[in-house]
Amino acid sequence: MNFDFSEEQEEIRRQAKRFLAERRENLRTVLEGGSSFDRDSWNAVVEMGWPAAAVAEEHGGLGLGYLELCVLAEEFGASLVPVPFVSSVLQATEALKLAGAVDWLPSLAAGELIGTLAFSEEGAGNSWAARPQAWVEEGRLSGSKTPVADGLAADIAVVSAVSAEDGEGFGWYLVPLTGAGVQRESHDAVDRLRKHATLRFDNAEAIRIGAPGQGSELAEKLQEICAVLTAFEQLGGAEAALAMAIDYSKTRQAFGRTVASYQALKHKMADMYVKNQLARSHAYFGAWALSHQAPELPLAAAGARLAAIDAFGFAAEENLEVHGGIGFTWESDCQLFYRRARLLAASLGGRQRWSRKLVAALAVAH
Amino acid sequence: MDFEDTLEEAGYRTQVRAWLAAHAPAHETPAGRTLPEPEFMALARRWQACKAAAGYVGIMWPKAVGGQGGTPIQHIIFHQEEEHYRLPNVPFQVGIGMCLPTLFTHGGYGVTERFVRPAVRGEEIWCQLFSEPAAGSDLAGVRARAVRAGDDWVVNGQKIWTSYAHQADYGIVLLRTDPSQPKHKGLTMFYVDMRSPGVEVRPIKTLLGDAEFNEVFFTDVRIPDSQRLGEVGEGWKVSLTTLMFERLAVGGRPAQSPDARALVQLAGTLHQGPLKESSMVESLARFYVADEGMALTRMRSTTAVSRGQVPGPEASIGKLVMAKTLQDMSAYALELLEDAGLSDREDSPAHTYKFWYLWSAGLRIAGGTDEVLRNIIAERVLGLPPEDRPDRNTPFNQLKA
Repeated sequence: MNFDFSEEQEEIRRQAKRFLAERRENLRTVLEGGSSFDRDSWNAVVEMGWPAAAVAEEHGGLGLGYLELCVLAEEFGASLVPVPFVSSVLQATEALKLAGAVDWLPSLAAGELIGTLAFSEEGAGNSWAARPQAWVEEGRLSGSKTPVADGLAADIAVVSAVSAEDGEGFGWYLVPLTGAGVQRESHDAVDRLRKHATLRFDNAEAIRIGAPGQGSELAEKLQEICAVLTAFEQLGGAEAALAMAIDYSKTRQAFGRTVASYQALKHKMADMYVKNQLARSHAYFGAWALSHQAPELPLAAAGARLAAIDAFGFAAEENLEVHGGIGFTWESDCQLFYRRARLLAASLGGRQRWSRKLVAALAVAH
Repeated sequence: MDFEDTLEEAGYRTQVRAWLAAHAPAHETPAGRTLPEPEFMALARRWQACKAAAGYVGIMWPKAVGGQGGTPIQHIIFHQEEEHYRLPNVPFQVGIGMCLPTLFTHGGYGVTERFVRPAVRGEEIWCQLFSEPAAGSDLAGVRARAVRAGDDWVVNGQKIWTSYAHQADYGIVLLRTDPSQPKHKGLTMFYVDMRSPGVEVRPIKTLLGDAEFNEVFFTDVRIPDSQRLGEVGEGWKVSLTTLMFERLAVGGRPAQSPDARALVQLAGTLHQGPLKESSMVESLARFYVADEGMALTRMRSTTAVSRGQVPGPEASIGKLVMAKTLQDMSAYALELLEDAGLSDREDSPAHTYKFWYLWSAGLRIAGGTDEVLRNIIAERVLGLPPEDRPDRNTPFNQLKA
């Protein structure tokens, strides 16, 4: 039995934890709307080589695997450092790998380009696999996408659109966001640390990636990959929220004793710990399935996603509750986890959708 | 990261599987039918003897005390494989899992030689006499008294919740030897012959209607000082050895209990159309997250053991999650079955869920209530302040009852 990360992977974790802990000073600048992300920190992340982690060496990457990516995702989730790591590395890069668009990988791995996913459309819910309204004609994209995470920061986006060659389905396209025919505006999202945008395209350049009509299948697959990686991000947030609750409850006095000594609070934090452990175990199962390309991936991804939604939501809510009034203020970091938990619970499809996937996978297993 | 055995582990597993395939089926209990106790006990003794002859009892005990000198991971592998059969292991679990390790760790000269072999072979059954009516979660509140009289101790008091006391030949018993000391300090551990004059075992009928537990009354029972385990006044420390082994002995969901997959299967048979479109999906998914999450957490602990480390604190969530999840899943299944869910007949689909619904209420209490387990996680894992224990340093005989 070897159901844990290796010593080398744990070393990457420790390195990331140390590095990111020192990178939290610009968090408030981004929160107050001063910039769309922390560019200094992003440059430093690029120098660490992390955007290249899970890209093959022949495409300019480090040739590490999903397990290393999972470890990094957890630490980014815990630190909240506002850089487009999730959008560019955990999502856009993975989409390009999936679609076989290897020409773009070197510049993403090198951090020369920031990528993101632009699948969702106004009023269309969250199914990445649903047929979009945006359309491509003669290599030109029109329509709009919203909300797009890091949509202001990104240089390129993977966009879903219909076209004549896509038939009844739809396809994926790579769209440079800095060229003509692209308009971007900020889209206020629940999480002020991960800026979102609305993208409007009017005959913008669009390069097909993946096979025509394959958008739905690719999206289903990508959603499973992202569910596992996001579960690690959520787990990092949940563990950080629990650590915050423990630290604060040990210092705060009420009725002549530290509030940490009240059984009601101890049990609340014990429950946070239990949910976090369940989420960790499911996330590890997801990591295993991803890294082994196992047929269990649909089940493992759904389990990881649901356990992570549970754990992070609970930890973020109860951490704020443990803090009392101060937790409700803008200055407190409680709100950052509270908002991030909602963002991550919504942005990949919610509990209902993933419960259906999970039960479908379990029913198939019989 | 993988679920693979190491080469040595795989070799051991192959050997265990082959042995079980050859011997386990003949010792299985019948499905869906409870054997009368004499028949069940006879089967249990035969199975224990069969395992002992093949070297599958006390796998990780030192060879010097009559064990196999194996590794913790071999112990785990054997139990994983054994779970695939309906085997009558329960009568020996307490003895082999907890009493014998305490006995060979703390027993004096000759004790190991006398007792390990018959226990391992199922010839003698052991029970554990710790809890009392007024000492449950607060075990150190034990009141049963042992008073020194020459080479003997004279014992008076009552123990409770003692599994298999009515079948047991011997028991390990935690007694108060010095009431003038604070509660943790005046305790001493002994082993006792359950047929000693003055030992009276009375069955306690549980809410299931059977009598697995007992009360045990001691009236002027004489225990020779040579049956003391550890030093006088060191009983609390000795009991921690027992409880440490208990943690290795108990763990995940009990053998043969339904898992979330079984519940999904049941839901599938009751629902018209694709199950994923039903309103049950969120509940079923929640059960899976808890149930499978616990199984996966055990695999993380097993990984630590396989790497030669001590399992991490994550092992502490096992029973807390298991008992409540089993209760919730059973309740849900019975509700799904509606009118069929109230049937108590052995051939009804509700039967197994009814059994586990009733039994899980006890599981939530045995080996630490949900509340005690949450305290343990909060204090020992998260480092939160301990509960106020105003009786901690007061001499036991000055405490208010």
